Amino acid sequence: MDLSEVLKPARRLRTVPGHGAGARRGLVDVSEELIASLKKKAVTLRKHIIRMTHNAQSGHPGGSMSACDIVTALYFHVLRVDPKNPTWRDRDRFVLSKGHACPVWYAALAERGFFPVDELMTFRKVNSRLQGHPELGTTPGVENAAGAEGQGLSFSVGLALAARMDHKAWRTYCVLGDGEQDVGQTWEAAMAASKYGLDSLTAFIDRNGIQQEGRTEDIMPLEPLAEKWEAFNWHVLTIDGHDFRQILAAIEEAHRTRGRPTAVIARTVKGKGVSFMENKIKYHGAATSDEELKLALAELDGMEAAI
Amino acid sequence: MTVRPWPLESQRTYFGKALIELGRRNPDVVVVGADTTESIKTLEFGKAFPDRFFQLGIAEPNMMSVAAGLAAAGKIPFASTYSVFGSAHTYNVIRQNVAYTNLNVKIFCSHAGLTVGPDGATHQMNEDIALMRGIPRMTVLVPADGPETGKCVDAAASVKGPVYCRFSRTDVPTITSAEDPFVIGQARVMQDGSDVTLVGCGLMVARCLAAADTLQREGIRARVINLSTVKPLDVATIDRAARETGGIVTAEEHTIVHGIGAAVASAVAENHPVPVGMVGVRDVFGESGEAEELLRKYGLTAEKIVDAAHDVMKRRGGRK
Repeated sequence: MDLSEVLKPARRLRTVPGHGAGARRGLVDVSEELIASLKKKAVTLRKHIIRMTHNAQSGHPGGSMSACDIVTALYFHVLRVDPKNPTWRDRDRFVLSKGHACPVWYAALAERGFFPVDELMTFRKVNSRLQGHPELGTTPGVENAAGAEGQGLSFSVGLALAARMDHKAWRTYCVLGDGEQDVGQTWEAAMAASKYGLDSLTAFIDRNGIQQEGRTEDIMPLEPLAEKWEAFNWHVLTIDGHDFRQILAAIEEAHRTRGRPTAVIARTVKGKGVSFMENKIKYHGAATSDEELKLALAELDGMEAAI
Repeated sequence: MTVRPWPLESQRTYFGKALIELGRRNPDVVVVGADTTESIKTLEFGKAFPDRFFQLGIAEPNMMSVAAGLAAAGKIPFASTYSVFGSAHTYNVIRQNVAYTNLNVKIFCSHAGLTVGPDGATHQMNEDIALMRGIPRMTVLVPADGPETGKCVDAAASVKGPVYCRFSRTDVPTITSAEDPFVIGQARVMQDGSDVTLVGCGLMVARCLAAADTLQREGIRARVINLSTVKPLDVATIDRAARETGGIVTAEEHTIVHGIGAAVASAVAENHPVPVGMVGVRDVFGESGEAEELLRKYGLTAEKIVDAAHDVMKRRGGRK
């Protein structure tokens, strides 16, 4: 099946506006310099992902790379977090529901200064703070434990409820995989978030179209996905998850949306950034070989030089 | 057998009242529910503190993860429903989102055991102690009666980390008083004795006391221990009982597979092996019936505890 067909826009696709007052930081009228710096940072994170999973000879590079631009936009332009004080009470919360994509999270946290970049090479090794799937309390900056799919959005609902009870302005961002749209609990959470009108909650669905054993539409058809989220009373946006301007504009619109949580269906490419890994089911949960590592890093170098 | 004049009281009522009192003292206490809130008496908390009460519908996995998220943001959530839903249906959510995270979630579940009664086996949760005590970092409480259920609420809130507490739908004999101490991790010797030890939890503690009365008339002095904390197990008190009385009978409204009998037996085996007898559900599902009828049919009676005590003493022989 052609992936572009799978990921065709929802019928009632909302276009992301090009203008609007950013709620806290300018997210729409952003400079070319900012976009270029985010692109460079994303290349750096992708190199970390490739190296970490190669070094471990395990892990999940494909879904880490598809979520990479969303995570980059959040950690390097949007989230109010303090690497020196990871448990600062008023920080924004980032929840990674698709826990297997933690290489991208660890890479972002390291680059953001939560822990040394050198530590990334301990990923999946014994005595490491960087577990194969995220562990709360061990890794500075990690906000939730995930691995069993489908729990992160519920966890985010709890966070957002607490923020509202305390009249706090911090926001909660949750990144979900499209595979975990299969999980019943995801939809339990979707109902609860709309029941309580949690407009401080933004969910990104990393719609790369591939899960462990194949195409999402073959394993368990998800489409029409945007309409599902709309039916659950969410404000729904569909974007190109590799376009920083669209990512930032979607976040900006989520900030401006009152009374409803926002779901951003981000159309992405599994393994994005390395040609031979893109859209390959294999790289959901397989590391590169020594030869592939060299090829991948060379491609990413080329990409960086072209920015 | 004499039945002492114990009044029968609802553990749920004590639970609901204690929760409201705790809520008054501590504004961080919140409650999440799953369409059973009136039945388990958390709805009263919701009426008293509507902004701190979240009705999440028949979606227990979501309820448990929402509780974890609330705890991660500094709240002390009580997640309450029937024990079959609050343990088995949510097991991996509790494991990953509550225990692995070591978050401050208090899971308080009613309708444990056979005495759920006419609703039948689907609702008679006889395996929850086994499930919960298998999870690292989890504290497991089984209060003996109403007053102790209320104390569990305060005690659970005062410790950091996940707690699972289970109690009964049926009214149970009140065998403790408001003044009795309750400390998590401490088994309480309800009655001293040197010939054999009866270790019970939940409503079976009263049956252990009744069994001890019968044994006393035969000249057998039984020590009775209320094991209201199943985990962390009070190994010292169990070990002392093994050494001083030479034989132990456990009694639980729960399967004997991985229940308190198994917990006590492994502690005894590791420290000072003595014969152990187990009274509990014998690895079967329950069925519809009235609470007392079911306890009798499945062998959860004072008579069976007496029989088990005789058996333990016979197996022990002259050794002690």
